[in-house]
Amino acid sequence: MSICKPLAAALFVGFAFGSAAYAANTPGLGKPVTESDIKAWDITVLPDGTGLPPGSGTAEQGAKLFVAKGCNQCHGDGAKGGRANMLIGSPSLTEPGISANKTIANFWGQPTTLFDYIRRAMPWPTPETLSNDEVYALCAYLFAGNNLIPKDEVMDAQTLPKIKMPNRHNFIIKFPDRI
Amino acid sequence: MNRRKGSGYTPPFEQVAGNGLLHRRALLGGGLMLAGAVSSGASLTSADAEPLTIPEWTLEPGEVTPVLQTPSPYEKNVVRILSNPKGDPRTQHARAPLQMLNGTITPNPLHFTILHSGIPDIDPAQHRFIIHGMVRQALEYTVDDLLRYPMVTRKHFVECGGNSAPMFSDVPIQATVQQIHGLSSCAEWTGVPVSTILDEAGIDPRAKWMVAEGADSLLVSRSCPLKKGYEDAMIALYQNGERLMPGNGYPMRLLLPGYEGNMNTKFLRRLYITDQPAMTFYETRNYSPLLPDGKAYRFYFINEVKSFITQPSFGSTLKKPGYYEISGLAYSGTGRIERVRVTADGGKSWADAALEGPISPKAFTRFVMPWRWDGQPAVISSRAWDDSGEVQPLRADFVAVRGQTKRPVTNSNAFPNNHYNSLTAWGIESSGEIKHVYM
Repeated sequence: MSICKPLAAALFVGFAFGSAAYAANTPGLGKPVTESDIKAWDITVLPDGTGLPPGSGTAEQGAKLFVAKGCNQCHGDGAKGGRANMLIGSPSLTEPGISANKTIANFWGQPTTLFDYIRRAMPWPTPETLSNDEVYALCAYLFAGNNLIPKDEVMDAQTLPKIKMPNRHNFIIKFPDRI
Repeated sequence: MNRRKGSGYTPPFEQVAGNGLLHRRALLGGGLMLAGAVSSGASLTSADAEPLTIPEWTLEPGEVTPVLQTPSPYEKNVVRILSNPKGDPRTQHARAPLQMLNGTITPNPLHFTILHSGIPDIDPAQHRFIIHGMVRQALEYTVDDLLRYPMVTRKHFVECGGNSAPMFSDVPIQATVQQIHGLSSCAEWTGVPVSTILDEAGIDPRAKWMVAEGADSLLVSRSCPLKKGYEDAMIALYQNGERLMPGNGYPMRLLLPGYEGNMNTKFLRRLYITDQPAMTFYETRNYSPLLPDGKAYRFYFINEVKSFITQPSFGSTLKKPGYYEISGLAYSGTGRIERVRVTADGGKSWADAALEGPISPKAFTRFVMPWRWDGQPAVISSRAWDDSGEVQPLRADFVAVRGQTKRPVTNSNAFPNNHYNSLTAWGIESSGEIKHVYM
C-alpha cells in the first residue's frame, strides 16, 4: 500500500491540473475556503472514525445526561422507547416479520452513526448544543445499556469506532453497480 | 359482438381484452358518444332537458385579480393529507391527492413533502452551500452565485422510499391512491448540474461518495455515490418554473433522478466528498429495508418501475354501467416508461394502454385505457415496463422475496417496510363501489 501512495498522489496532481483547465469553462464563482473556515459545519463522522472530535464520556455520565437533557421525555425511561424510538433494547428482527423494530442493538451496522446523529440532530428542541464530551457520554450510556461495551468503558475517538455491532454482517448491497 | 361482421363497419367498441377493455381508438372520440348512448341505453329527448337559465355570475363583474392565484373554492377538497398536522416532535408527511389530478405534473402546492423536523425558515441571502473533503479546492457558494450558472431543466418524479408502504400488509388496506401512493410527485426541475460543481472543486480520483447535508434542524444527511453526481444529479433551484417551495427544499435541494426521496437532500448546504459512505442515521436505519429472514438491503437507492390506476379507484363509485376511461400513472427510476398493460378481469387478460407523450425518463407517464363496464364485478389493475428492461413485479413474486406483514396494516400512515413497487388492483363491485384488492 505504501508504494502505491506516491503514485496515487501523482495521479491526483495530474488530474487536478486537468480539472482546472476544464473548470475554466464554468463560471467559477465558488469562493475558495479552508478547512478551518468550515469547521463549524464539518461534523460528519465516517465509519472508520474520521471526524470524531477530541473528548470522552462514560455510561454513568450519559445516564444522568439522558434525563438532564430531556432525552427520556421522547425516548422513554431507560431509553426503552416512547413517542420516539427505542434506544436500548434488542427485539427480534424476524419474529414480528418485515415490520420489526430496527434498533441500535439489533440492526445498526456501525457505531459511528450514533455519535454523528446525536451531535447533528439531538436534543430535538435544541440541536447542536451538546458538547463533544456529552455526546460521547450519551453514546457510552446507550452502548453499555445495550451490552455492546462494558459498563465502565470510556468512549472517545479511539474506542468508539472499534465497537463491533452485532448485526453488521447482515446487510446486502442492493445495487452494487451503482456505487 | 359480431354484429355487422363483414359489412366493412368497424364497431366503435372493439374489445382488446376481457371484461370490456376497449381499443385505444375509442379515446379519439368520434363514434364514442354514439356508442356510449347505445351502451347505457339512455335516450335523451327534449322532455328530459331543462331550459337554460341566466347564471348570476354573468350578471355582474367578477372579483379583483389577485397577485397570486389559488385554486377555485369549489376545489377545496383537493389538498394534501397530513400525518402530523399539529407538528408534534416527529416527522411530518403530506401526501399528494394523485387520484384528483390529471396529466403528469404535480402542482407545487400539492407536491408531496416529508419534513423530519419542520420547514426551516431559510434566508436565501444568508444561505451558503459548500463542497469540501477529497477535493483540490474546497468552495463556498451563495444562492446568487448558483443562480448565475448554466442550468438544465428536466421533468422528474421524486418519490419517498417508503411510498406505497401500506401495500406490505397481508390484507389489502382500504385506502385511497393518495393514502397509499401519495408520497410521490412529479415536477419540472431547473438547476445546476452537480457535475459542474464537482469539476470546479476538482475531485480526488480516489473519492467515491458525496455526503449531502441539509440546513434543517436535524441536518439530514445521506451518502450518494459520486457516480450519480456525474450522471444526472442537479442542485435544483426551480420547481415548475418558480423557485422551490419551502417544504421542497428552498432555496436549493439535491435532485437525484430516480433515487429515493430522502437522498434528494433538501435545504442543501454541504457536499462532503469521501472515499466511504458516512452510514448516516437514515441510510443505516429507515432506508435499509428488512427482509423476511432478518437480513436487510443496504443502499436501496432506486425507486423501481411502478404504476397504479388513479381513476377509477378506491373512494369513488361507478354510478352506472357504460363507458369509463381508466387512467393512471407509471414511472421508473431506471428509465423511460415503455409500456403499460391494463387488465379488467383480475389479470386473466391484459391489453396495452395508450401512453400520453412525450415520455420523459424517470418521470410520471400518464396511461389511459378506454373501458366499458358491463355492471358486473371486475378487477382492474396496471403493470408497467421501462426501456431498461425492468418490469413491475406481480404481487406473488414480490412477496416471495420481500415478504408481507403478519398482521393487517390498518393505519395508512404506517411504514411496515419500504420500496414497494408491485401492482395495485381495484375491485369494482356490481353496486359500483370500489375496494382495494390483491390479485
